Amino acid sequence: MLFGILVGCFYAAVSIGLSVAFGLLDVPHVAHPALMVLGSYCTYLLGLYGWDPIVAGIALTPLFFLLGVAIYRFYYETFEKRGSDAGVRGLAFFFGLAFIIEVGLILVFGVDQRMVEADYIGKSLSLGGYRIPWRLLVAFGVALLLTAALTLYLSRTFTGRAIKAVAQDEPALRLMGANPVRIKQWAFGIATAVTALAGAMLIVVGPVEPSLDRVYIGRTFCVVVLAGLGSMTGTLLAGLILGVSESIVLTQFGASWAPAVAFGLLLVVLGIRPQGLFGR
Amino acid sequence: MKFWIGAAATVALAAGLALSGANEYFFYAGYVVLQFVVLATAWNILGGYAGYVNFGTAAFFGIGAYTAVLLFKAAGAPLGVQILAAACASGLLGFGTGLLTLRLRGIFFSIATVAVIFIMQTAIVNWRYVGGATGVQLLRPPAMPPFDSYTRMLFVVMAIMAVVGVCIARYIEVSRIGRGLRAIRDSEEAAECSGVPTLKLKLFACTVSGALMGAAGAPLPMYMSFLEPASSFDLNYSVSALAMPMIGGTSHWLGPVIGAILLGSVQQIVTVTISNEINVLVVGVLLVVFVVAAPDGVLGLLRKLKWFHRSFR
Repeated sequence: MLFGILVGCFYAAVSIGLSVAFGLLDVPHVAHPALMVLGSYCTYLLGLYGWDPIVAGIALTPLFFLLGVAIYRFYYETFEKRGSDAGVRGLAFFFGLAFIIEVGLILVFGVDQRMVEADYIGKSLSLGGYRIPWRLLVAFGVALLLTAALTLYLSRTFTGRAIKAVAQDEPALRLMGANPVRIKQWAFGIATAVTALAGAMLIVVGPVEPSLDRVYIGRTFCVVVLAGLGSMTGTLLAGLILGVSESIVLTQFGASWAPAVAFGLLLVVLGIRPQGLFGR
Repeated sequence: MKFWIGAAATVALAAGLALSGANEYFFYAGYVVLQFVVLATAWNILGGYAGYVNFGTAAFFGIGAYTAVLLFKAAGAPLGVQILAAACASGLLGFGTGLLTLRLRGIFFSIATVAVIFIMQTAIVNWRYVGGATGVQLLRPPAMPPFDSYTRMLFVVMAIMAVVGVCIARYIEVSRIGRGLRAIRDSEEAAECSGVPTLKLKLFACTVSGALMGAAGAPLPMYMSFLEPASSFDLNYSVSALAMPMIGGTSHWLGPVIGAILLGSVQQIVTVTISNEINVLVVGVLLVVFVVAAPDGVLGLLRKLKWFHRSFR
């Protein structure tokens, strides 16, 4: 149960970038988990030079920000601007992108699992008979900070509010004299930057392999849809729900059923309440 | 008329090749290419005509393959029965998926189909009778009289399925159903308002598409004489089945066929000469390039040539 809560917070953190990109900007960002795994591998590379994974993740954010801006710019110029049939082609584009990243990683690093070294990995904290691994606690802390920071950013700062405004009513924003494309570009950059940090946590929590993004398609989209598109607090809660239900299935039915939990939950939510718990 | 002659000629050609003395490897690779013709054509019925992007090809394909395994293990059913049953099972899965998810639009539908893959895969992994996670080994029955080897026979079977699949897709395209599906793609609200039974049509398309994918998967266990969940529910099938129509052109039945033959052959060559990973990379890169640079695929490029325009429209 406690394990589920910790993992749940971690799930919320890895989904929060998607919550911005997909929930607020309506970009069909299927490549999000692949970018996250890319972040993990970058962290791994920096870890070889003795960098702490969390520091490495933070150091990677500017790079991923630029990458995100570039991806959105490209997506906008080729699909959103043309307008026609953007949905089908945009989806195919991101799906293809995810595969290119995954195969690229396989070609460079091979299919083996990789992990990082740090003081807090491998040790655990004993608390009233329970043993909680430190790596989960670290990921939990970063996840909580990240979610809080992004929530505050979106509700308190000028640009943050602008991002929410784009999500609500783009033509209105255009009439106000603001450029929605630049704001979306900025937001997508932030979403991708957050993904770098999420990737760093992913490799802290456990070993990473290139095809890990496939399972995380289910987990991240499950959290975002369950939360209700673009709701930050909802993301945290949805992450917790997923984490706890996964750990319950894990202990009751065994590990081989666990991958289906996120996807099953996703299907149920889509079937019953597509607008999620905190839908707009 | 031209179409039916072409279809008959394709089957005759495949049978002729299989009876001739061509190299065995040709049939081994040709089978895979033809299998992708069926998958791409099936994908296009829902994805190309109606504009619903299905990422779940691997689920239908895998369920088809496992239905065949189940029948073979339980009753020793012949190949024809296996294929029919697989088509029924996957068609049923398609119907169920459609019922649950076709009220969703765009990416929501697509993500739901990914979910179907993983749920089916997990179910099979936990089902001991069909081999579980480790897979199942099967003994091929002897080849039927006119063919010297089982691979050659499967090649012809797959060629027949490809032709049947294309016939079905073409029928859907030129009939009322196709017009309805295209109306859904262009604007679902407008279609609904002008009296197109959108949900019924989508369900039909999803069922037919799923059944064809399942039929394509049915001979796989016999072809490999081995089957395991991780490779039969591989997301690579989904990306290939999506990439091929996109590359060939989604608006005409010929598009997926061209795309599958082009990309399928390139994949086979790359797998043999370089490596299996590069082959997925080729699919991804070509998909992105075509989606960005040539939204109407090879057909769109060809249509700009006048002779093509005259002879096919």
